Amino acid sequence: MENKILYSVSGIFEDVNKLISAVKTVTDSGYTKFDVHSPYPIHGLPQAMKLKPSKLGWVTLVFGLSGALFAFLFMYWVNVIDYPLIVGGKPFYQLPAYVPVMFEVTVLSAAVFTVAWMLFIMFKFPNNSHPLIDTEYMRKVSVDKYGITIQASDPIFDLTRAKEFLQSLGASEVFEIYFRESNVKPKIFDKKFILFLGITSLIVSGVTYFILNHLLFMSPFNWMHEQFRLNPQSKLTFTKPETTNLTPVEGTVARGFLPYPYTDRPDLAEKNLINPLLPTEKTLKVGKEKYLTFCSPCHGNFGHGDSRLKGQFPNPPTLHSDKLRNMKDGGIYHIITVGQNIMPGYASQISSDERWAIVHYIRVLQRAINPKESDLK
Amino acid sequence: MSMEQTLLQKKSLPDKFKKISFLIFGIGLLTVIISFFVDSHRFAFNYNILFSFLVSIALGNMFLFAIEYLAGAVWSTVFRRINEIFISFVPFVMVIGIVVLLEMHSIFHWTYKDVLENDEIVRGKTPYLNETFFIIRFFVYTLVWTLFAYFMRKNSLKQDTTYDQNLTYRNSKLSAFFIPIFAITITFFAIDYLMSTEPHWFSTIFGVYYFSGTVLSALAILTVVSILLHERSYFDKILKPDHFYNLGALLFAFVNFWAYIAFSQFLLIWYANLPEETFWMIHRWENGWEIFSFILIFGHFLIPYFALLSQQAKSNLNRLKIVSIWLLIMHYVDIYWLTMPSGFKQLVFGWIELGFIVFCVGIIMILFYYRYERMKNIIPVGDPKLKRSLEFKL
Repeated sequence: MENKILYSVSGIFEDVNKLISAVKTVTDSGYTKFDVHSPYPIHGLPQAMKLKPSKLGWVTLVFGLSGALFAFLFMYWVNVIDYPLIVGGKPFYQLPAYVPVMFEVTVLSAAVFTVAWMLFIMFKFPNNSHPLIDTEYMRKVSVDKYGITIQASDPIFDLTRAKEFLQSLGASEVFEIYFRESNVKPKIFDKKFILFLGITSLIVSGVTYFILNHLLFMSPFNWMHEQFRLNPQSKLTFTKPETTNLTPVEGTVARGFLPYPYTDRPDLAEKNLINPLLPTEKTLKVGKEKYLTFCSPCHGNFGHGDSRLKGQFPNPPTLHSDKLRNMKDGGIYHIITVGQNIMPGYASQISSDERWAIVHYIRVLQRAINPKESDLK
Repeated sequence: MSMEQTLLQKKSLPDKFKKISFLIFGIGLLTVIISFFVDSHRFAFNYNILFSFLVSIALGNMFLFAIEYLAGAVWSTVFRRINEIFISFVPFVMVIGIVVLLEMHSIFHWTYKDVLENDEIVRGKTPYLNETFFIIRFFVYTLVWTLFAYFMRKNSLKQDTTYDQNLTYRNSKLSAFFIPIFAITITFFAIDYLMSTEPHWFSTIFGVYYFSGTVLSALAILTVVSILLHERSYFDKILKPDHFYNLGALLFAFVNFWAYIAFSQFLLIWYANLPEETFWMIHRWENGWEIFSFILIFGHFLIPYFALLSQQAKSNLNRLKIVSIWLLIMHYVDIYWLTMPSGFKQLVFGWIELGFIVFCVGIIMILFYYRYERMKNIIPVGDPKLKRSLEFKL
């Protein structure tokens, strides 16, 4: 006992009101290095201890504001700079939509950082070598008693006087608390602790496995899987015969689509079909766009048959051959519509008007490669 | 008993207060009467605002009163007499409101026959928005509120002499009935007197919006009156900063609540972007009205928010007093902002509006003077919670 260094003299109090008046007396007697412990926050204690207002509020304010700022800048960066997307016809920068997120992030950041700051900066959390830890005194004041601790480093400290002083204030018990002889290492690698960790992880993983792989497929958790409604592509039971997809009634014509009568008669198509569009600038623009999208991969950007497919697909012949230049619009239209040789028909992908526009554009390309005499003058 | 007799002697208000309040009332009344002859349209709109503001104060205090009983709150028992003074305004306020009924045609354009003929939307709302039903509703509000105000006060005042604990129980039951009725009536009141000035527009959160302002203004007037009386030692210094801290905390909470509701209303209208809803907001963002929109954003939320944010601010009586007066003005501005642009395309603000504010202050002061003088005690001496309330510690 003799070579131990004294940390403090600590007294236990049974009653709040006694505690507060005792604290006032301690403050008035000139002690500056003392602390009060209680299992719950007591209003009025900071005033009795003459403490300065806590600085924790500023931490909350700063982190709350920086949370708001972070949320704002992040959303601004995402929505305006990195990936501008029009949502609901609103401008990219839309403050009202940011406000709820900013509000939530403010609350989250303020709360989390206040607790973290309190634990790690103010209480120095992982540090467990404080002399009060694991003492009889601390055990009592963290359950149902209150305590005053006067530290030995106080300038007016005197062991016997401090003890008598606390007793005179109404302390039911007074402890002398010493520094530890050596720093006790935390018992993380204790056998029991390792065993506890192992068992806990086994239980947790077992329960997780059970929930995800079995429980969710048991009744009643699987009720949502089995619903009395029709899923897409599922068998219809009320038709005869039972089919997956219903075919339209024979002779039905879809809106905006007229059936093409010349599927097997290219000669009739060339003879009868006339381009309904005039080669205006607007038409040619549409034609160019569609040509570049659908035709150019094989036929090349200028119709030379120089495909970009690099041998993955046989190259088609050039569009500037005499045969095609002399072919009427209806013939080209027919080829785009039903296809030719290994070229598939594009009727389902390109609308009728757009096909006619492509024909106009092909004419433009042909005339650009083989201009008429009059064009060159 | 002895403590109550020595401590809680009620002092009467000085004669000077009476004179000043009559002076303010007189000036206000004169301006209001002149304004009626100068511009009866503006007069009517301002009168509607004044009426809604007074209803806010009286009803908000009824709500606080009911909440105290329902929650079994202890700290607020010392303030309850002040609540009751404002609760007793109810019948007078409703009498003041009769002028709104007389001036209906200047305020609500759904009362015009030619509007009804030409406007299909307004015509579709006639089952609710018609003059007969409007007047019936006015008297229903008057009856319900007056009855509740009368019985609540009666029970509370009776306790001063009988010390009967059953009266507390009876008032709790009364309060439990009052809360849902309050919720319904205040929603319909807001729709009738504020929202229907623009009958094309609708917002389902509107009742809550008016409610948030109502409770805020009731708390503010409770705070400012209590502090003024406390400073002039009408309470014999029995009130502690802890009591006022709670008022400050509630004020702070309702400043946030108001902003939350106001922003919710705005956000949904803004997001949905339907022309039938947005025009109302757009109108308040142009032709000079945007000044008042900005005043509300800063004055009704940001300034009081930061003024009340810190812990010390909530028990700082001077600051609480100033913020409360500020919030009362802001609630008036809020109602002004809600209704005035419906009647006027361009911003109007001038001596008529200021005159009405003076008139409003005058009415509150005179009513307060007479209701205060009729009170026997300034705190509910017979309330079983009083002792705990006086010893209240945070």
